[in-house]
Amino acid sequence: MIEFVRNVRLWFAPEEVRREGGTPDYRFSLANERTFLAWLRTALALIGGGFAVDQFLPDLRWGWRAGLALALLAAGVLCSLRAVNHWVRCERAMRRGEDLPVSRFPAVLSVVVAVVALVMAVIVLVGWEG
Amino acid sequence: MTAAPEPARDPGLQPERTRLAWRRTTLAATVAAVLAGRAALHADVTAPRIAVSGLCALLWLAFLALANARIHALAAGPEPAAIAPRRATAAALCTVGLAVCGAVLIL
Repeated sequence: MIEFVRNVRLWFAPEEVRREGGTPDYRFSLANERTFLAWLRTALALIGGGFAVDQFLPDLRWGWRAGLALALLAAGVLCSLRAVNHWVRCERAMRRGEDLPVSRFPAVLSVVVAVVALVMAVIVLVGWEG
Repeated sequence: MTAAPEPARDPGLQPERTRLAWRRTTLAATVAAVLAGRAALHADVTAPRIAVSGLCALLWLAFLALANARIHALAAGPEPAAIAPRRATAAALCTVGLAVCGAVLIL
């Protein structure tokens, strides 16, 4: 968490990122940028999913609908903040010639998406019966 | 008379792939923004909801501008520089802003 707060400063400070180490091969930086964009698309998909739950399941009870939609929106926010954080960490590691950072975020996100999908399936089935 | 030598070109097409990644992401942002607009104007249309949907449109425009600037930078030279952290952060914050607008519209 402290590491995260320290990194937040770097999000806005290009000169500080550039001061460290040497400039890596531009292709590595572009690959890092594409990974960042892929995570951003994941975040946008989660946010779109939140809107979709809210709009396309009108028969759902309000609490469930708002809860699920807000959970998806929150996951989207986390995902996009983590995307930029991971991008900065990778960029720094490449400049210093260190190993790329590892992360348990992909595993956590997979579990969260699986749980939301299961809850959705149950809600839709129960909702159809009731 | 010989033609000027072509600048070295990456056979892996990295700048092109990055450009297309920006395009895809812009498309995803467009879908999210359209859904946000639909959420804002589907229910009862009130002044605050119109304001929030306007904010979503602004965030989408900001993202579009960021993507276009980056695509131009990628096309500028054979070895484009890495994206500035501020721009990456701005793109992520546009996404966060859309989600916050969504939460406001749902509640």
